[in-house]
Amino acid sequence: MSASAAPAPAVVAAHQRRDRREVLAAMALAGPAGALILLFLIGPLICIALLSLTDYQLGAKTMRLVGLTNYVEMFGDRVFRRSLENTLIYVAVVVPLSVGLGLAAALLIEAGTSLRAFYRTVYFLPVMATLIAMAIVWEFALHPTLGPVNVMLQAIGFSRVDWLQDRNVVLYTLAGIGIWQSVGFNMVLFMAGLQSIPKDLYEAASVDGVSNGWDRFRTVTWPMLGPVSLFVIVITAIRSFQVFDTVQVMTKGGPNRASEVLLYTMYSEGFEFFRTGYAAAVTMVFLAFVLTIAVLKTWLLDRRVHYA
Amino acid sequence: MIGRQLGPIAGALRHIALMTGAIVILSPFVWMVLTSFKPQSEIMAADLRLLPERWAIIQNYTEVWTRVPMARFLLNGLIVTCAIFALQVLVNLPCAYALAKLRFRGRNALFLVVLLGLLIPLHATAIPIYILFHYLGILNTYAALIFPFMISVFGIFMLRQFFMTVPDDLIDAARMDGVSEIGIVWRIMLPTAIPAVTAFGIFSVVAHWNDYFWPLIAVGTKDLYTPPLGIAFFRLNDGGTDYGVLMAAATIVILPLVVAFLMAQRRFIEGVTFTGLKG
Repeated sequence: MSASAAPAPAVVAAHQRRDRREVLAAMALAGPAGALILLFLIGPLICIALLSLTDYQLGAKTMRLVGLTNYVEMFGDRVFRRSLENTLIYVAVVVPLSVGLGLAAALLIEAGTSLRAFYRTVYFLPVMATLIAMAIVWEFALHPTLGPVNVMLQAIGFSRVDWLQDRNVVLYTLAGIGIWQSVGFNMVLFMAGLQSIPKDLYEAASVDGVSNGWDRFRTVTWPMLGPVSLFVIVITAIRSFQVFDTVQVMTKGGPNRASEVLLYTMYSEGFEFFRTGYAAAVTMVFLAFVLTIAVLKTWLLDRRVHYA
Repeated sequence: MIGRQLGPIAGALRHIALMTGAIVILSPFVWMVLTSFKPQSEIMAADLRLLPERWAIIQNYTEVWTRVPMARFLLNGLIVTCAIFALQVLVNLPCAYALAKLRFRGRNALFLVVLLGLLIPLHATAIPIYILFHYLGILNTYAALIFPFMISVFGIFMLRQFFMTVPDDLIDAARMDGVSEIGIVWRIMLPTAIPAVTAFGIFSVVAHWNDYFWPLIAVGTKDLYTPPLGIAFFRLNDGGTDYGVLMAAATIVILPLVVAFLMAQRRFIEGVTFTGLKG
């Protein structure tokens, strides 16, 4: 058959048969997943947006549309404002330290050859360990009188700190645990980024007279790590916005709301007081932050941080 | 490695910095294990002695199993994580194949939804799913713990990226031999995708063994508690101040994953950092 001739009818029919077969197969294969996406993702997202405009309480027989009442009440509520503020402080503390320490660990580990596997394993351990179990361990370690942290502080002449009961300290204690938990994760992402930097770039730099370590970092490593760094910052920020486990088990948002965070507010309004509509509005704020960060990342990646 | 070999002083500084970090990171684990060996009287003494004078290891570790149904919690964790992973493969792998290799209307729309889904944490959908389960009457069941995770847009995305790299010839050859599309998925695609499925499995098991938020909402009876709920319950009700036993419980809860991690580190690091793709 020549290329310019129309395909024979039998070939067309065979193609149509194949196409139909493919469509049917696709329905069978992608259908269940598609249906579940509607049920557990798209449906709930629409619901949460609509619920935030109602006065629904779980178990109630009726509900009314109340417009933006929940949002007005929320932004006027001292507890919510405190919760939002605390969450932002938590994120602002955890992100730079966790990313910075993760980068430092990756650079230091990759800078030499001895004990690399050991350090990598140790730093990654908290990422694996069940956070709730470790939160309970931390709670004991930070115990005002029995905990080794305070015992040690006293032994070297400092006074005790009420890590979880002092409302000027508690949020930073939780941030510290958040950093402890996430450094290893960021370290591994940075290590992957470092390993993908072509070796000849370093050779080229040394031909150009870049000799000391800091200049090498400034002219080659850091620019090449740009996209990875943005990525790590975004992931850490999104994960930090989701802080919940440590708060729920260690402080219940206290003392006096000093460690109240968005997801904890959502949880207690929605699942302890069953003020579903109000909790939905809190969820929308949480979601807005998470989505903004994600969109910002895409936008930045498209515009600026392209080196490779 | 970055550039050249370090000199002896720089090498020593590297170890000092990294070792300091390692000690900070390890200390809660060490303190947990050592405390789980000590009797209550020595814990109350509040000194910095590392090893106990009188070992209470047997007493503490036997009390965990009798004071709370710890075996039940671990079994629940095993059931839930295994069921979630099995269902995730069953639901998401065929979809990933269809997205990668079949042409059908709505394919781009579906993929777009998957990409959007990557941005949505479960916390955002928890309330409507809870209400749905409430009206279906399945709160407080294994189903409640498992069903929301049957779909994993992350799994679909990851496996689709993998299937894109599988040559079409392989699939065409199978079709010539008269293998159905379902047959292609399970007899040809699944075996080629074992590395990707393993990585996804590790990510999935770690995430769900450690998950606290959803089980906390979805179940309220002790019989259904997963390990994180179980240990939080123990702390709150019974063992809150019995630190030796509480630390033994914490050790037991984190042990399975930590041991698995130490045995297959590279795979675990790959699997868990796949979450890096998320968000």
